[in-house]
Amino acid sequence: MKTTETPAPVPAEPGTPVLKTRAAPGGPKEGKKEGTTLNVFSHGVLVIWAIMVGLPLVWAVMTSFKDDASIFGSPWSLPDKLNFDNWSRAWSQAHMSDYFLNTILVVGGSLVGTLVLGSMAAYVLARFDFPGNRFIYYLFIAGMSFPIMLALVPLFYVVDNMGMLNTIHGLILVYIAYSLPFTVFFLTGFFRTLPTSVAEAAFVDGASHSRTFFQVMLPMAKPGLISVGIFNFLGQWNQYMLPTVLNTDPDKHVLTQGLVQLAVSQGYKGDWSGLFAGLVMAMLPVLAAYIIFQRQVVQGLTAGALK
Amino acid sequence: MQHGKYRFIVGFLAVPLGLYALFVIWPFIQSIYYSFTDWTGLSPEFKMVGFDNYSRMLDDDIFWKSLQHSVMFALLVPLVTLSLALFFSFMINVGGRRRRGGPAITGVRGSGFYKIVYFFPQVLSIAIVALLFQFAYNPDSGAINSLLRGIGLDSVQPLWLGDPDIALWCVMAVLVWSTVGFFVVLFSAGMASIPAELYEAALLDGANRATTFFKVTLPLLWDTVQSGWVYMGILALGAESFAVVQIMTTGPGGPDYSTTVMVLYVYQKAFRDGQAAYATTIGVALLVVTLAFAAVVMRLGRRERLEY
Repeated sequence: MKTTETPAPVPAEPGTPVLKTRAAPGGPKEGKKEGTTLNVFSHGVLVIWAIMVGLPLVWAVMTSFKDDASIFGSPWSLPDKLNFDNWSRAWSQAHMSDYFLNTILVVGGSLVGTLVLGSMAAYVLARFDFPGNRFIYYLFIAGMSFPIMLALVPLFYVVDNMGMLNTIHGLILVYIAYSLPFTVFFLTGFFRTLPTSVAEAAFVDGASHSRTFFQVMLPMAKPGLISVGIFNFLGQWNQYMLPTVLNTDPDKHVLTQGLVQLAVSQGYKGDWSGLFAGLVMAMLPVLAAYIIFQRQVVQGLTAGALK
Repeated sequence: MQHGKYRFIVGFLAVPLGLYALFVIWPFIQSIYYSFTDWTGLSPEFKMVGFDNYSRMLDDDIFWKSLQHSVMFALLVPLVTLSLALFFSFMINVGGRRRRGGPAITGVRGSGFYKIVYFFPQVLSIAIVALLFQFAYNPDSGAINSLLRGIGLDSVQPLWLGDPDIALWCVMAVLVWSTVGFFVVLFSAGMASIPAELYEAALLDGANRATTFFKVTLPLLWDTVQSGWVYMGILALGAESFAVVQIMTTGPGGPDYSTTVMVLYVYQKAFRDGQAAYATTIGVALLVVTLAFAAVVMRLGRRERLEY
C-alpha cells in the first residue's frame, strides 16, 4: 500500500493549517479546535451546494402559484395568494393531462417490453453456450457507446416506412430497442450470479426450458429486475431526444416534448404562470416517488456503473 | 440440458435481437452508407458521391465550431462534475469529525440528507431542467439576475444565454448542476466499500485529509472514476448536450453559433435543412469522436489495479 510511504506524524504547531487532523491521542484540545474549523468549512461547502440544488426547485414551485405580473416584477417574492387556477389551466387548456396520459402509455408499454425481452435475451446469453453467443453479447454492449443521433436520421425513415411515425406503439418499440443494450448488459451479469442448481433441479423434474425461465429464474432475478426497471423507468420517462425526432404530432407528445412545446407557444401567449405550473406538475410525481423509494432508486441507478 | 436447447435459444433471442437489429444496428449501418450519397431525405432518389460530403465537412466552419464545443463538453463537463462529486462525497463519507466513542472514520453530520438532496436533479428530465434554467438565466426577469440585484450587484447583469462569450459556459453549468448528485451517490457507495482499517492506518501514520484523499481514497476509487468519466463524456457528447442546447439556446445553437454542438448540428441538417446525407456525415464524425474519447480515457487512465 502506498499509505505507508506518507511522512511521519506532523509535529503539533499550535494554530497551524486547517487541513491537519490529529487523530492520534495526545493533544485533545488542539485537535478539537482544528477539527471544528475544518468541519465548518466542509459543512459550509456542502450546505452551499444543497442550496444551489434546492433553490431552483423551490423557486419553480413558488413561481407556479404566482400571477404573471409578479413573476416578472419580483421573481423571488413569495406568492401573495396561491393561484391554483394556474394549475388547472395547465392541466386542461395546456393539455398537460394528455401529455401525462401519452407518457404513461409509452413508458408503461416500453418498460414491460424492455424487462421481458431484455431478461429473455440476457438469460440465454448468460446461461447457454452456443456459437455466436459472445458476438451477440458484444453487439448489444456496443449500442451503449454509439451516439444515438447518428442512427436517428435513417431510423426516422425506417419507422416512417413501417407506418409507425407519430404512433404510440412505434415509439414503444423504439424505446425498447434503445433500452436493450444496458438492460441486457446488466441482467446478463445478474443471471450469471444466480445459482445453477435450482434451474437444473427444475429441469430434471421435467420442466421445459421456457417454463424453468418463467417460473424459476425470473422470480429469482427479481432484485435485478427491480434495479434495471427503475433505471429504465427514469430513462424512458425523461426521454427527450427520441420523441423529438420520431413523434412530431402535437396530439401524441410526451411530457418532456409537451413542456418544451408549451414554453415555445407561451412565448406568444404570455401564460408563464401556466407553464411553470406545468413544469412543477411534471417534476413533483418523480421527486415524490424518488423520496419514497429512495434506496431502491439509488441502487437501481448506480448498480450498473459500479459493476 | 440438451433437449430442445437450440429451439429455445432461437425462440428467446429472435424477438429482442430482431428488434435491436432493425431499430439500432441497421440504422447505424445505413447512416454510414448514406454519408457517401447525396440523399436529401425528402425524396427516395439519391446517387453515390464518394467523399464529397466529407470534404465539404472539412471546409464547414460551423462543423468545426460544433466539434470544438463538443470536445469541450466531453472534457470539461466530466472534469468539473467528477471533481466536485469526489470532493463532496469525500466530505460526506470521510470528512466528519471524530466523535467520542464513535468510529475513527465518519461522515459529516446529516450525510444522508445531503445525498438525498444532491440526487434530486438526477431524477428530473434534462428537458425540464433545461427549461427551468432557461427562465433562471433570463436577463430581465430571471431568478439569477434578480438575485444579483437583490444583493446589491445592480451593475452585474450579464445577458447569460444571450452573450456569445458566456452562453456555452452557462449551458455546461446546467449539465454539471444536474449530474453532480449522481456521482456523489456513486462515489459514496464506492467509498463505503473501502475498509476502515486503511483509513485508520493512514491516520495513525499522521496523514492529513488531503493526503488521505490522494493516497488512499482516490487510488482505490480509480476504476469507478474512470468509468464515470467515460459514461459522463458519452452523455455530454450525445443526448444530454442535445437537450440542453436545443432547449436553452436561441437559434438553437446561438447566439452566433457560440453554443452549437455536433449532435445538434446533425439534427438540424437532417430534420430542418433537408440534407440527410450531410447530416449522417457529421454523425459519423461524432461517432469517431465518441469512440476516440472513450479509448483515450480508458488508455490514459489505465493503472495497476489495487486489490483490497
